[in-house]
Amino acid sequence: MVLAERERNRTPPYGGVFVARNTVLDAAAVDRAIRRMAHEVIERNSGLDEIVIIGLQTGGVPFAVALADALQRIDDIEVPVGKLDVAFYRDDINLRPVLPEAITDVAFDVNRQTIVLVDDVLFTGRTIRAALDAIMDQGRPRAIQLAVMVDRGHRELPIRPDYVGKNLPTRRDEAVSATIDGVHLGEMSR
Amino acid sequence: MRHLLTVADLDADDLTHLLDLAENFAEVQRRDIKKVPALRGKTIVNAFFEDSTRTRTSFDLAARRLSADVVTFSAGSSAVNKGESLRDTVETISAMGVDAIVVRHASSGVPHQLTAWTDASVINAGDGWHQHPTQALLDCFTIRTHLGGLEGKRIAICGDVNHSRVARSNVDAFTKLGAEVVLVGPQSLMPASLAGWPVKVESNFDAVLPDLDVVYLLRIQNERLSSGLIPSLREYRELYGLTAARLGRLGPESLIMHPGPMNRGVEIDPEAAEDPRAVVLDQVASGVPVRMAVLYQLVGVGPIGKIAEAVA
Repeated sequence: MVLAERERNRTPPYGGVFVARNTVLDAAAVDRAIRRMAHEVIERNSGLDEIVIIGLQTGGVPFAVALADALQRIDDIEVPVGKLDVAFYRDDINLRPVLPEAITDVAFDVNRQTIVLVDDVLFTGRTIRAALDAIMDQGRPRAIQLAVMVDRGHRELPIRPDYVGKNLPTRRDEAVSATIDGVHLGEMSR
Repeated sequence: MRHLLTVADLDADDLTHLLDLAENFAEVQRRDIKKVPALRGKTIVNAFFEDSTRTRTSFDLAARRLSADVVTFSAGSSAVNKGESLRDTVETISAMGVDAIVVRHASSGVPHQLTAWTDASVINAGDGWHQHPTQALLDCFTIRTHLGGLEGKRIAICGDVNHSRVARSNVDAFTKLGAEVVLVGPQSLMPASLAGWPVKVESNFDAVLPDLDVVYLLRIQNERLSSGLIPSLREYRELYGLTAARLGRLGPESLIMHPGPMNRGVEIDPEAAEDPRAVVLDQVASGVPVRMAVLYQLVGVGPIGKIAEAVA
C-alpha cells in the first residue's frame, strides 16, 4: 500500500498527494465487499478448481491477497496468487513510472486456468488492456475475469468488470484511493 | 541526459535506478515469451564500426525484446568501405528517422561527436580506450545479484588498465556505488596518471588476493606483447594471471569476472574460468536486461537524470 501511494505520487498528470474529502467505505465495509466478491467468484466458477488470482502492481496486490484469503476461508482451497506489473505493456509508458520494487511474479502456469485479475480502481480501462496483453504473453488461460474494489466509471475502452466492490460515480478530476483500510474520494493536490 | 556516453554522466542514484529497472527486465528474461511491447514503433540502429560479438548481439536482442525495430550494421558491410566519412554515415542514418544510435568505434570520443550530428539518442557501446558504460552497468548488476550490493565490497581490476575502456567505466561505476577498487598489474600497463581516480594500485597480486570480494580480470591483447609492454605471456601469467594455484587463496564467496573474450592460459587459467565462483556467463546474461533498461529509459521514457529524480 505504501508502494501504491508512491506510485500515485509519481504519476503525472495527477502526481502529488491524495487529499481525502470523504470516506466511501471503511475497513470493515471493504472486508465485507471482499467476502461478497469471494462468494460471487465461487458461485460463478462452480468451485475453485483451476482458478488463479493475479493482482495488478501495485494497488491490486493487497486486494488479490485478501480475495485469496477469503476464498480459502469459505471453501478451504488454496488459490495461487500472482503479481503482475504492466508497465512495459502500457500505451502511455512515458506517463507512468516503472517501480523497480513492483516486479511481475507469476510463479504458476496460466495455461488452461481461469484467471481472476484484481485491481484497486477501474477507471479508463487502459491498465486492464495492458494487463490482458501481459497475461497473454505468459500463456493461454481458459478465461480471464476482472475483480475491482472500485469502479469509478469514465471507461475509454470496452472493458467491464465481473466483480465490483463498490460502484462509485465520480467526476474525472476527482481522485479515488482504495486500500484494505478503506475507500476514499478526494483530490490530488501538489 | 538524453544520451549514454560515459559513466561520468551518471551519479549513484542514476546507476541504481538503471540497475533497479534492469531487475524488471531480468524477470521478463525468465518468461517463455521474452518480449514486451514497450518500444513498439521505435527504431534503433546498432552502428558497429569495430568488431564485437557479445555487445552487438546483446544490444540487438535487448532492442528486439522491447519490440523496437532494429537495424544492425557493421563497418565491414557498409558504405564506410567505399570511403564514406563518419559524419556522412551518421547523418544518412539519422535522416531515415531513428530514435537511438548504439555506437561502437575504435576511436575515443566518437559517440560524443555523434551527438552533434544527430537528433537520436546516442548510446556508447565502447569507444577506444575511453568508456563502455553498459559493460559497467552489467558488471554492477552481476555483482549486485551475487553479493547483494557493491557497498563496501573489495574489487580488484587486474591487467591492462591503461588500454581498457572497461576498466575506466568500471572504476567509476564501482566506486560510485561504494566499492573499494584496487588496480593490479605491471606499471607498464597502468595509466600514466591516476589523478582523480579513487583507487589504490598494487603490483603484487598475491598480497591482495585473499581479501577480495571480486577479481575482475582484463583481457591481455597480443599487441601489448609486440609493443614491449610485457616481456612474455608466460611471465604475465605467473605474476598476474588467475592461475589454478591462486584459486585456493581466493575467498569461497568471492567472484571471478571477465568481460570476455577470455585468453585462457594468460590472464585466466581454464580451471579459474570453470570454477564455480566464475560468473563470466552471468555477466553476458545480465547484458540483455541491463541494455533493455538503458534503451527503455532513453528511448521510451526520457532523459536519465530526470527520472532518477522523480523516483527518489
